[in-house]
Amino acid sequence: MLEAVGVTSVDDLFADVPAAVRASDWQVPPPLAEQEVRAELARLAVRNRIPEVSFLGAGVYRHLVPSVVGEVIGRPEFATAYTPYQPEVSQGTLQSIYEFQSLICELTGMEVASASHYDGATATAEAALMACRLTRRSRVAVSAALNPDYRRVLETYCSGPGVEVVTVPADLAEGGTGTTDPGAVGELGDDVACVVAAQPNFLGQLEPMRELADAAHAIGARMVAVVEPTSLAMLEAPGAYGADLVAAEGQPLGIPASFGGPYVGLMAARMDSVRQMPGRLVGATRDADGRKGYVLTLQAREQHIRRERAASNICTNQALMALAATAYLAAVGPDGLREVAELSVTQARHLAAALEDAGLAERRFTGPYFAEVTMRVPDAARRHAALAERGIVAGYLPERDEPALRDTLLLAATELTSDDEIARLVQALGETR
Amino acid sequence: MAYPDDLRYSKEHEWVRVEGDTATIGITSFAADELGDIVFIELPEPGTTLTQFGTFGVIESVKAVSDLYAPISGEVLEINEALRDAPELLNSDPFGDGWIARLRPADPAEVDALMDADAYAAETA
Amino acid sequence: MSVAEPPGRSDPSGRGAAFSGAAGGAELTVVEPLIFDASRPGRRAVRFPRPSEAAWAAAAAQPGLPESMRRGTPVRLPEVSELDMLRHFNRLAHLNHAIDLGFYPLGSCTMKYNPKVNEWAARLPGLAESHPLDPESLSQGSLELMWLLAELLKDISGFPAVSLQPAAGAHGELTGMLMTRAYHRDRGEGDRRTKVLVPDSAHGTNPATATMVGYETVTIRSNERGGIDLEALRSALGPDVAALMITNPSTLGIFEDQIDQVVASVQEAGAIAYMDGANLNAILGRFRPGEAGFDVMHFNLHKTFSTPHGGGGPGAGPVGVSARLEPYLPAPIPTLVEGAPAEVLANAWAGRTTPGARFALDDERPKSIGKVRSCYGNFGMFVRAYTYIRSNGSDGLRTISEDAVLAANYLRVALHDAYDLPYDRLSKHEVVFSGRRQKREHGVTTLDIAKAILDHGIHPPTIYFPLIVEEALMVEPTETESLETLDRFVDVMRGIADQARTDPEALKRAPTTTPVGRLDEAAAARRPDLRHSFPDAEDPTA
Repeated sequence: MLEAVGVTSVDDLFADVPAAVRASDWQVPPPLAEQEVRAELARLAVRNRIPEVSFLGAGVYRHLVPSVVGEVIGRPEFATAYTPYQPEVSQGTLQSIYEFQSLICELTGMEVASASHYDGATATAEAALMACRLTRRSRVAVSAALNPDYRRVLETYCSGPGVEVVTVPADLAEGGTGTTDPGAVGELGDDVACVVAAQPNFLGQLEPMRELADAAHAIGARMVAVVEPTSLAMLEAPGAYGADLVAAEGQPLGIPASFGGPYVGLMAARMDSVRQMPGRLVGATRDADGRKGYVLTLQAREQHIRRERAASNICTNQALMALAATAYLAAVGPDGLREVAELSVTQARHLAAALEDAGLAERRFTGPYFAEVTMRVPDAARRHAALAERGIVAGYLPERDEPALRDTLLLAATELTSDDEIARLVQALGETR
Repeated sequence: MAYPDDLRYSKEHEWVRVEGDTATIGITSFAADELGDIVFIELPEPGTTLTQFGTFGVIESVKAVSDLYAPISGEVLEINEALRDAPELLNSDPFGDGWIARLRPADPAEVDALMDADAYAAETA
Repeated sequence: MSVAEPPGRSDPSGRGAAFSGAAGGAELTVVEPLIFDASRPGRRAVRFPRPSEAAWAAAAAQPGLPESMRRGTPVRLPEVSELDMLRHFNRLAHLNHAIDLGFYPLGSCTMKYNPKVNEWAARLPGLAESHPLDPESLSQGSLELMWLLAELLKDISGFPAVSLQPAAGAHGELTGMLMTRAYHRDRGEGDRRTKVLVPDSAHGTNPATATMVGYETVTIRSNERGGIDLEALRSALGPDVAALMITNPSTLGIFEDQIDQVVASVQEAGAIAYMDGANLNAILGRFRPGEAGFDVMHFNLHKTFSTPHGGGGPGAGPVGVSARLEPYLPAPIPTLVEGAPAEVLANAWAGRTTPGARFALDDERPKSIGKVRSCYGNFGMFVRAYTYIRSNGSDGLRTISEDAVLAANYLRVALHDAYDLPYDRLSKHEVVFSGRRQKREHGVTTLDIAKAILDHGIHPPTIYFPLIVEEALMVEPTETESLETLDRFVDVMRGIADQARTDPEALKRAPTTTPVGRLDEAAAARRPDLRHSFPDAEDPTA
């Protein structure tokens, strides 16, 4: 081959690299045979300690990943293809994305959903910026009870175009409702592009979303609802309570925790704002012989056409994770998703009751919660650490983000939470008094 | 290529037809061909004032996006609502049913800055 | 309506779909019905247990969900058996081309083979089930893996610091440009430096990113050798320029032979030199951007480091930065807090854990731009990339670039008479042809050529990019293809060039052996149909 190219050595192929910038030696270690590399990865995997009992949620939830989901996303035709630029040989990817878009619209009660974003936090940030474009306003109002990680990402994204982020206060005091105050929205002024609130919120509480949407609309702002997808089997769809934009983290839909990623961001809106929506969209069409087919569409919104006038720079998204979510929703079906939600809700209440009956904890807030609950636990941080040593993760410590929430634990339950795990937590927590 | 000789043309491939105290504007067949299949046009609101050579909207095809530049100044009296549901008219009949807007021209002399059909044909040859 | 194969369409690939059930719109032939069409009441794939009596009883004492917040209309998810849903997705899979089926020379995307040992590693329960918010004492394996990967990426690129947080290349660009702006603001020059320079060959994400950060994009022309025009660059540089974003090798597959002068000019003007690292596959072991003076670069783990493309992600876009940008990196950063780095590395390279070594997430970074995504990045892709780098090692990585560059040049030489080659010189890992001769002489466009390639079971090269080449055809074979595959591609391309002369109409009808033919993209955009509509009257979303 070297001869065919007309050079005598491989080094000749790099004659165009100026001598001044040629790489010096590096420290990359020598290659490993397959058994050696497996041993190395096993070494690292074993250095993690997967808890025996965990009530940790805080945005990432431990749900059953049905076996069939792994079979679907393991298909090399899905995994080793790329963005469907040539639709004639990408109908598998394109149709599965169309199905995904359809399912997200159905769950959220919205008219159009994108092909995916990086995660719930970036979907939230992009939805807020989309609201700024739609309203031509430059302030974003965020509930104090939004996931702190999402808040940080939103602030970073808003710093780009210089959008100001302000807070809508929530009643997070001991004995309060634990919810965002719709009355406070009216005091925000008239340059607010959107109000961003989560259902349930970061502390597990159920928000007055309809009232928040009404309050947002009253000041000419859009409502961005950040939702938990499995909860939509039991809770009202955002489209029904007046949300203009919906953002969500799709990880609970058949995606393992995987130390933070890859996940999948969901975004949905109404058709009248679709041209301002970032991300890929797949649409149905036909070929010349009358066959139904699917293509990437409304591409004039995107970076490869609009370049510096694009709404977002997103290119590669999270397509295989969107496929996982699609397969998950097909595998569990409407009854299964409702069972997942009901079990989570029941076990969260079972957990709260067990802790209260044992005199170990009380609910911090009076309002209703979904499947995650904030409990007041004296000396929470010390006891949480002691339990972690024993392989029991007693939820999340909200004081990491908000000092006023010291001595609380944020505990999540899912359909995987067993009665036995609840008993073990109660037992172990009791031993740390 | 012969372009309709009752129109005047701008370098940005828009045309204008002046009829008394109204003017109709659109894009040329050259522009439509360059863009390919047009899928969407962002139309100005009636009542807004356009400035000659200023942007007044956006036109999208499957593979491109382009600003629209007003060939003359004036107040928008009427827009072609048919383009909302049938943007393909811009490809099939850009000088007729694909008209974009009717204006009340601000200054009849502005037309002098535009090309006639022959000059435009030479420009796009 | 019918789903039979219409007459006149042969399918030697076996990937047509004559085995689906009937469904779909009134007059259209449906290749594979939507999952909704397989739905029948009462069917399901996965069952869940019921709560115990004790759980119900305990839960009953707690406040329930308020009626006003409950869902009014049921969710209309498909009700399918596991067999039916699996058949559906398997049949959809059959409609795709993929690297694991055939050649995929999509320029700029680096469609190399994805080794399966990477998948084995990513599925290890210890890694896959690790919760990002677990106490750090339970996550030492995850933290060590991220730290080791960052160390390797630093070494490979020559940058002293790396963040793994961005989830894709464009996300890495956003991160890099936010850091650029933070840097200038820190120096009191944030308001003054409002422009970002990009070459006219730049990928669309570069100017789109600049806009997301509030910058104005200024385009610099390329020279006749395919590199950035140094004089044009120098005259555009000034106190109002924040950065140059440049891809090296360029999107033409050509190494910037004045790169040292480019970087020096940019930095002399007080601006940041950003390198788009999409084309890193060409230069592993030969050029280290950090060492060459760049301030920041993003990696594409799904390109250079073999993590699977997934039909459009997930990817990962870590960034490497110079010392002057390091304070602005997104937080938190996995850090070695107990133990000597050299010792930990030496042990890791020998497959050993260092006793007493401890990792933690450093979130005390007062100048950080913040976070660009939740948690720490696409960890599952870090596992795969780490596995890949350790498998290949130092020699392997160098050989990857050598083979990638050799393959691309082999194709350049083999096809340079059949197609126009706008920049006829030594290329790196990809080569850009032009279909302009075929268009002018026979009316056959690059689009037609691409559609004809599909009929040979090969994915077409990237078309119509970069924008500065008329009828562009960007070919990137990668290093994982055999000589037989490359030779077959040459034969196919030469055959198409011949056919452009002898039977151009055949090319305009292509493809004819794929599951669908050319699709009406104009109709899709004019009358968008972006989701399935349920046939019943009650459709609150319709």
